[in-house]
Amino acid sequence: MNAVLELVTVTRVHGEGATEVIALSEVSFAAYAGELVAVMGPSGSGKSTLLTLAGGLDTPTSGAVRVEGTDLAALGQKGRAAMRRTSIGYVFQDFNLIPALTAVENVALPRELDGAGSRTARRAAVAALDEVGIADLAKRFPDEMSGGQQQRVAIARAIVGDRRLILADEPTGALDSETGEDVLRLIRERCDAGAAGVLVTHEARHAAWADRVVFLRDGVIVDESGSDRPDALLERAR
Amino acid sequence: MSVRNALLALLEQGPRYGYQLRAEFEDRTGGTWPLNVGQVYTTLSRLERDGFVEGQGADADGHVVYAVTPAGRDEVASWFSSPVARTQPPRDELAIKLALAVSVPGVDVGTVIQQQRSATMTALQDYTRLKRRATGDDPHELAWGLVLDSLVFAAEAEIRWLDHCEARLRRAARDRTERPAVLTSAEPAEESESVETREATR
Repeated sequence: MNAVLELVTVTRVHGEGATEVIALSEVSFAAYAGELVAVMGPSGSGKSTLLTLAGGLDTPTSGAVRVEGTDLAALGQKGRAAMRRTSIGYVFQDFNLIPALTAVENVALPRELDGAGSRTARRAAVAALDEVGIADLAKRFPDEMSGGQQQRVAIARAIVGDRRLILADEPTGALDSETGEDVLRLIRERCDAGAAGVLVTHEARHAAWADRVVFLRDGVIVDESGSDRPDALLERAR
Repeated sequence: MSVRNALLALLEQGPRYGYQLRAEFEDRTGGTWPLNVGQVYTTLSRLERDGFVEGQGADADGHVVYAVTPAGRDEVASWFSSPVARTQPPRDELAIKLALAVSVPGVDVGTVIQQQRSATMTALQDYTRLKRRATGDDPHELAWGLVLDSLVFAAEAEIRWLDHCEARLRRAARDRTERPAVLTSAEPAEESESVETREATR
C-alpha cells in the first residue's frame, strides 16, 4: 500500500551563512490512507515547516515530498497549485475564511477555481457542509458564525471533492476545549473514512486523537508513539 | 476515604447490598478503580458502626441489604458541599524518579524523560480511543466520560510537565557547558522556551 503523503530525507534550510537556520533536518515521514498522524513539538521545532512542505506551500532544500506518489518538486508552481486544490485539504488555526463569501461559497471556491461548474461546485460544497454537520448554516457569512462553526466550514473546505490528504495546523487553537474536541472528532472521522491526516499541535491532549504521534525537536524526529502500522491495518481489515 | 462517601451516595438512591454497590460504583467510574467485594462489606460495617447506614436483614436470596440513615444523608450532603482537601501531595513515583535522576551521577535524564513521555502519550491515546466510543449523554455514560476526561487531563499535565523539565534541563546544560552536562543529548535550547522557565532557572 502506498503512502498518501511521504517525506523522504527532507531538509529545509532558511537563510545562509551566519544567519542559516536548519528548520528540518533529514526528516523521513509518511501518512497512509485511514491514518491520522500527529506531529508534536514546541514552537521552533520545525512542525509548521513540515506541514507547509507537505502542503506544497514551500519546497525542501533537499529530499523529496510525495503526495499520492507524485513528487511535488517535479510538478512546478502551477502543478503544485492544482494539487493543492484537488488533493490536499488545509485547516488553519485561524480558519482563513473569506469574509465576503458565505459558508457554501467559501467551501465551493477551490472546486470552482479548479474549473468545476458553479453548480457542481455548489453541490459538492453542500455535501461537505452536511458532512461536518452545518448544512443549515450554508448561507451565513463567517462573522455570523461562532468560532467552532467557522472551523467546521474550514474543515468542509478542506475535505470538499473527496481530497485524501488533510493537513491541520493547530486547528483547535482558538476554540474552547469542548468545541476543539468536536473539531478533532471530525478530522478523526474523515481519516477513519479513508483520508490521511497530519495534525500539527503542541497539545498532548489533541495529539492523542492520532494513531501515531511523532515528536519533533530542533528539526529532527526524536521519538514516536502509538499503534504500529501493521496492527492498524489489521484492525481496519476486520 | 472516597469509597466510603461514594457508597453512601449510592445508598441515598435506595437500599442496596454489597454486590450491587460494587457494580454501580464500577459502572459509574468505568472500572477505573476496581473494588473488591470484601472491601465493600468492610466499609459497610464501618459505616454501620458510625451510624451512617443500617442493615435491614437479608433479602429472599440471602443478600444483606443496607439503607442510609438520616446521619448518613447529612454526611453525603456535607461531602458534596465541601472541596476535596489537597493536604499532603500524593507520592508521585515519576517526580521522585526525576528528582533522583538529575541528582545521581551517570543517569541519562533526557532518555528518562523521553521514554516516559512516549509511555504517557500511549496511555493518553488509549484514553482518547475510549472517549471516542463513549459519546452518550445519559447520566451513567456521562459519569464514566467525566472520569475518562480526568485521566486525559492528568496524562496531559504529566506530558506538559515533562516538556517543561526537558526545557529546563537543556537550558541548565547550556548555561554550564564547561561542566559535564546533565542532559547527554545536549542540543541548543528552544528559542520559544516559556518565560516562566526562564524565570525559574535564573
